Amino acid sequence: MKILVAVKRTIDAYVKVRVRSDNTGVDLANLKMAMNPFCEIAVEEAVRLKEKGLATEVIAVTIGSDKAQEQLREAMALGADRSIHIQAGDELEPLNIAKLLKAVVLKEQPSLVLLGKQSIDSDNNQVGQMLAALCDMPQATFASRVELSSDKVVVSREVDGGEQVLSLQLPSVVTTDLRLNEPRFKKLPEIMKARKKPIEVVTPAQLGVEIKSHLTVVSVIDPPPRKAGVIVKTAAELVDKLRNEAKVIA
Amino acid sequence: MKALVIAEHDNQKLKAATRALVTAALQTADQVDVLVAGSACGAVVTAATRIAGVSSVRFADHDSLGHPLAEALAALVLTISAEYEFILAAATTTGKSFLPRVAALLDVAQISEITAVVDRSTFVRPIYAGSALATIRSSDTIKIMTVRTSAFAEATDAAVAAPVAALEFKPLAGKATFVSENLATSSRPDLAAARVVISGGRGLGSAENFRLLDKLADKLGAGIGASRAAVDSGYAPNDMQIGQTGKVVAPDLYIAIGISGAIQHLAGMKDSKVIVAINKDAEAPIFQVADYGLVADLFTALQEMEALL
Repeated sequence: MKILVAVKRTIDAYVKVRVRSDNTGVDLANLKMAMNPFCEIAVEEAVRLKEKGLATEVIAVTIGSDKAQEQLREAMALGADRSIHIQAGDELEPLNIAKLLKAVVLKEQPSLVLLGKQSIDSDNNQVGQMLAALCDMPQATFASRVELSSDKVVVSREVDGGEQVLSLQLPSVVTTDLRLNEPRFKKLPEIMKARKKPIEVVTPAQLGVEIKSHLTVVSVIDPPPRKAGVIVKTAAELVDKLRNEAKVIA
Repeated sequence: MKALVIAEHDNQKLKAATRALVTAALQTADQVDVLVAGSACGAVVTAATRIAGVSSVRFADHDSLGHPLAEALAALVLTISAEYEFILAAATTTGKSFLPRVAALLDVAQISEITAVVDRSTFVRPIYAGSALATIRSSDTIKIMTVRTSAFAEATDAAVAAPVAALEFKPLAGKATFVSENLATSSRPDLAAARVVISGGRGLGSAENFRLLDKLADKLGAGIGASRAAVDSGYAPNDMQIGQTGKVVAPDLYIAIGISGAIQHLAGMKDSKVIVAINKDAEAPIFQVADYGLVADLFTALQEMEALL
């Protein structure tokens, strides 16, 4: 059984971003980049399923410029067997990404596709669902537990009110939430080994996908600043301010 | 210009998020229809007909829609999508799951979690955990959007009820099946709708201590939230998590207790009207967004506040 995992190169989760002064986007120059945290959880889950003997091969795929290969090496250091790099722009719209991933799915025929539920840069939360729809596969988003067997996968999902369990026929698409697992620390021998694992490079044209733009970014601005607050000295002063100044409690 | 709004509900009650969706939809279209998909959801349909500005309510009532799968909801919406220029759903776990399927199958983009409508094809949405606001223009003939409902006012009720029409729904041959659901039952207000939210962080130190928030919440009629650190430490369940990857709230009053204020947490609460931070670390980033900050031992502060309320 093959598992395909999609990974994205994003800004490191702990780095603060700045809006560019010309308001065309955020300034990513010289900032630390990493694998999107949800994608890392997806890779970890795929590798664990392989270690349990439930899968035979884990393939990582990414879409972006050549630098995105660093994240494929990261995925292979976590335990992915090989990678596919789709050479394209770094800021494709989710629908285009889903179409490119569909082309890879058709070629590789994985039983399970694992993706992060959202990337921490564009915060779209769309690709897994779009891919599932385009491939006519069942989906389970926001997974907190994945139980794989030969013909189905049972997924616990984080939903607004609590937890929901779905059973999906394979092949299927699962997107990961934070509590699914804690990715392992990448060890040096694994990082060395990952350098020798193969990366296949393809273009959207080779995959037969035409990139279409549906959206234009008009501007990117800082959120409006909050007006400076005050530090109160005691709980009594706080309650008094909330009651008589802010008037938010009775 | 017609918009379709997909109602948020639990088969018994229409959720307030639906009213915010109607407000957002009325900023794009002249005519707004509401779709209710559920099982034995008559009361929800009736409530939806009374929302001011709604032209008609369409509903599909079927056993299998009691716990609707994304596949089924998307298929249902696609049976009527050709009639609309705008399709809006709430950015809840339900909306986020089914709406991208609709967009993909119509070969159009989805614009996620809009917080403002600039004009009929231009919308504002936060990116990078709310560190920036992007204004996005769509060139698609049909605009598909999830809406951050806390950013829009709730439409009120009208004197006259809108007409109702039933839709035919054929359940799909199931590649996905619903197994079970374990929803938290709480007498507290829903986080999304609560006027006051009290949130606890790692500073509370244990699941037992986390329950100390209950008393203050009781006194203020507040919903209780948690930071990711508190959830990861096992102090609170995940459905309480507020932040970039959890729930986004904008209550009148948000009280952050023992929360340091990572950017990912701020993303979920910084649009609250009044923010209070109680933390013993004066350098905690939460104080930068707080209207009122109290640098103190949170356990003492909690007791003192309870006594004063």
